[in-house]
Amino acid sequence: MNNDLMNVSSNPHVRSKTGTQSIMLLVVIALLPAFGFGVYNFGIKALILVAVTVCSSVLTEFIYEVLMKKKVTVSDLSAVVTGLLLGLNLPPNAPWWIGLIGGVFAILVVKMLFGGLGQNFMNPALGARCFLVISYTSIMTNFDCDAYSGPTPLAALKAGESVDIMNMITGHIGGTIGETSMIAIVLGACLLLLTGVIDLRIPGTYIVSFAIFVMIFGGHGFDPAYLSAHLAGGGLMLGAFFMATDYVTRPVTKKGQYIYGLFLGIMTGIFRLFGPSAEGVSYAIILGNLLVPLIEKFTYPKAFGMGGEHI
Amino acid sequence: MKTNSVPERLINGLFKENPTFVLMLGMCPTLAVTTSAINGLGMGLTTMAVLAMSNLFISLLRNIIPDKVRIPAFIVVIASFVTIVELLLKAYIPLLYDALGLYIPLIVVNCIILGRAESYASKNGPILSLFDGIGMGLGFSFALTIIGAVRELLGAGECFGLRIMPKSYIPCSIFILAPGAFFVLSCLTAIQNKIKIAGEKKGKDMSKIQSGCGNDCLNCNVKGCSDRVAMPDVSFVETDTAEDHVPDTPVEDIEVLELNDMVSDTVKITSDDIAAINEAVKEDGQNA
Repeated sequence: MNNDLMNVSSNPHVRSKTGTQSIMLLVVIALLPAFGFGVYNFGIKALILVAVTVCSSVLTEFIYEVLMKKKVTVSDLSAVVTGLLLGLNLPPNAPWWIGLIGGVFAILVVKMLFGGLGQNFMNPALGARCFLVISYTSIMTNFDCDAYSGPTPLAALKAGESVDIMNMITGHIGGTIGETSMIAIVLGACLLLLTGVIDLRIPGTYIVSFAIFVMIFGGHGFDPAYLSAHLAGGGLMLGAFFMATDYVTRPVTKKGQYIYGLFLGIMTGIFRLFGPSAEGVSYAIILGNLLVPLIEKFTYPKAFGMGGEHI
Repeated sequence: MKTNSVPERLINGLFKENPTFVLMLGMCPTLAVTTSAINGLGMGLTTMAVLAMSNLFISLLRNIIPDKVRIPAFIVVIASFVTIVELLLKAYIPLLYDALGLYIPLIVVNCIILGRAESYASKNGPILSLFDGIGMGLGFSFALTIIGAVRELLGAGECFGLRIMPKSYIPCSIFILAPGAFFVLSCLTAIQNKIKIAGEKKGKDMSKIQSGCGNDCLNCNVKGCSDRVAMPDVSFVETDTAEDHVPDTPVEDIEVLELNDMVSDTVKITSDDIAAINEAVKEDGQNA
């Protein structure tokens, strides 16, 4: 038996080297494949747009904290992750000021006004994305660029047209900067899974419940081509691995995380199959974020000795 | 300015107790119809007409209406005026009638109108109540017009239908949708509170522009607030005599008496408590 574990000493205890900064750094590294593929796929415009969102996010956090005389927390890299995620969620042809507005909104309104990192009730990047989609619908849903034109695979799928699955998996399709390549995203997700930053509870339940929902209500039954097009298309992979697993806005309890994943899968299915637009990942996740306090309330674990039948 | 006079009532409604930014009442029409400045102004003026007339009539009837059924009686009076206004709008300003739509009949359940009937018109004379209604209505119109103007400017680049922003400005259409109303309302309320707090720090009497404090005096740390009420705090009773709070009308007199009762009660309980605690401490010492 390991005696070190049994030996209870007074504090200070051994400290883990893991902190916000190291976790956020890993997330940034894990996002690099998707980002790199986005730049390769869409060209220099995508690079500039992501640079604008990252810079505006970090600068907003810095300026806010200096003006409000709070501790400057830019070095924990969470603003970089927010900016990067937001940039990957923008269409490549969007003008630079879209990125600027999005970055400022994500950090200022969604994050800092609610108390900064750990207090935001909604994923800042997705909150900003939805703000932009509602505000500038025509810009945010226009995925035409130099390399690709016409509808995105999901829109084509919704219209009943056939799509090329191989291109969707490698990422040679139109879409937002970071969502196109399933391979690049899963590569990054594997890094996070192996380092233990995220686990499969939320992404797994999310993707499986979404797949089952599509099988039941999609009208194609168990059609591998249709199913894999839905799984590889749109922001599902990016959302499931990088945004639904956001530490701040996911449930803490294990049971709650399964419920959360299930809810996201069903909502994404409803939005995609029955909603007016082809994509619904971002709305499903921010809706799920709002339900997290409720989910946690009902899955709050009982303390040892509480509950059960009393004699 | 003399308290409870005609000009004081108008200023009170416009600034001190502005129904939107300070009292936070009537949020449903505030958020729903302020998609443009002209809609906000129209809604405000419509509400003002109903508010002034219902305040006047409820004040005239205040001695006849039995206390137990006063709320239904108020609603009947208010609903009558809303119906009159609705029919007038339909006949003479059909454009505004179409723009406001469902929100005209919903004026019946507007908290401001019932709130003023309950807290002011049923306790004060008809002339004062009429002007209280006009003041509150002006404050409401003022707030709704500002919210509408900001939303229209950002969401459509226009103000009262005139193009303000340069042609290159792409409207941020979230501001003319429902979420934009929350953004604009909260920002304007925050600015208003900021001005008030900044003024207080400089030592000015900012009681004319109150913050949306919710009258939660027990948990409030602002020193020297002139509207502080019913604190179980002995120093407050000593320094702030009841004379300051005695207004001209007898009804509020009773309120002040009640407040004094509450204060003395609390003090009594506290002294009893202290005695009990002392005894307990003594017993504890003996046991040890």
